[in-house]
Amino acid sequence: MNMKDSAYTKRAAGLLTEGISRLGAKPMRIMEVCGTHTMSIFKAGIRRILPETIDLVSGPGCPVCVTANDYLDAAVAYARLPESIIATFGDMLKIPGSHSSLLAEKTAGADIRVVYSPMDALALAAENSGKQVIFLAVGFETTAPLVAATILAAKKGGVSNLYFLTAHKLVPPALAALLKNPLQSKKIDGFLLPGHVCAITGTKAFEFLSEEFKIPAVVTGFEPLDILEGIYLLVKEIAAQECRLLNQYSRVVKENGNKDACRMMAEVFRPAPSNWRGLGVICHSGLVLKEEYGDFDALSSLPVELFASVEPAGCRCGDVLTGSIRPPECPLFGNKCLPEHPVGSCMVSTEGACAAWYKYQAGRWQF
Amino acid sequence: MCLAVPAKVVSREEFLAVVDVAGVTRNVSLMLLPHAKVGDFVMIHAGFAIETVEEEEAGRILELLQELASYEHER
Repeated sequence: MNMKDSAYTKRAAGLLTEGISRLGAKPMRIMEVCGTHTMSIFKAGIRRILPETIDLVSGPGCPVCVTANDYLDAAVAYARLPESIIATFGDMLKIPGSHSSLLAEKTAGADIRVVYSPMDALALAAENSGKQVIFLAVGFETTAPLVAATILAAKKGGVSNLYFLTAHKLVPPALAALLKNPLQSKKIDGFLLPGHVCAITGTKAFEFLSEEFKIPAVVTGFEPLDILEGIYLLVKEIAAQECRLLNQYSRVVKENGNKDACRMMAEVFRPAPSNWRGLGVICHSGLVLKEEYGDFDALSSLPVELFASVEPAGCRCGDVLTGSIRPPECPLFGNKCLPEHPVGSCMVSTEGACAAWYKYQAGRWQF
Repeated sequence: MCLAVPAKVVSREEFLAVVDVAGVTRNVSLMLLPHAKVGDFVMIHAGFAIETVEEEEAGRILELLQELASYEHER
């Protein structure tokens, strides 16, 4: 059987869609917590084929969006340091800070380089020994091990001009906080879990959803059929009033995850409280560099003057990130807040829910 | 940031590998996947291989699709 065959794909997609409609007859609310899932779901047109009874909401799955303005403001401050090079993933460029963005700083002459990998920042540091390279280390468990590996390589190589402005966050504590939040008005019946975060952490990191909160969850991949299968398995679980943790993405995700990656994360980072836009400060939900790697920590080893940050007036990103409102329900969506001139990060991050809604649904393609 | 793509390991030297993504080759680090072998399919994220991709369990999916198809006949 050839699973790449388009006839197979069509048949499988059709069967899964029918299965979802059949089992999803009663209203239910499913949350996906991965910006890549948000985008993939829109790209595959899955929202339009789900029955109206299924409310599919996005959660705090965009690591850039859940990071408050003070991080971006610090990045801007580093960009303004003489003899500095900022190395960053591309989607950080347009994120608005309190008063500026990295794109605006770059336009004004700051040396800001978009990189594909933190290892590129290491190469930049080696090539520019007279300058300080600051890498903007943002991301969940999929990205933190990469930064850890880079730091270990930098330490081994005796690199002394590479710094990391870290804002890594962990997904499981955020889900627990979301579920315990007394202000969470709408019940979540099940979760689609981020496949690549789980590839690192293993499925066991999310078993608490089933054991403690009695909520079903399905670790899901990113191809359209993966997502349809994940939704089907979740809807089936909800309909049967079961609360198991299932693994749809078993070809990549194992129960114990990637032990080498987890070991390196634990070697370089330690958990710390972290501030999540929309959820507040959550214990053990962030990663900070351990003391023995403190030379690589930008804030402590390369201090820079920081000013008070302000959150944008009227921005509802926090409510979007907790699934309390859908992007079009934000009064700024589509008028004051657009991809070309965003008010909040959800509208410009490549994983932002508002960006996904604007591009694929409530934007130009509405018929 | 869950953006990762599957790639085939073409060659490796210590912790550096050359991988092939639909005909395009690039270098990636195997620091997080030290046991990867030439010929393995791996998921690539931001310059690192983060996991191997096992061959899809055809049996599991076929079973699921058969279960779904059985409802068609009931209509």
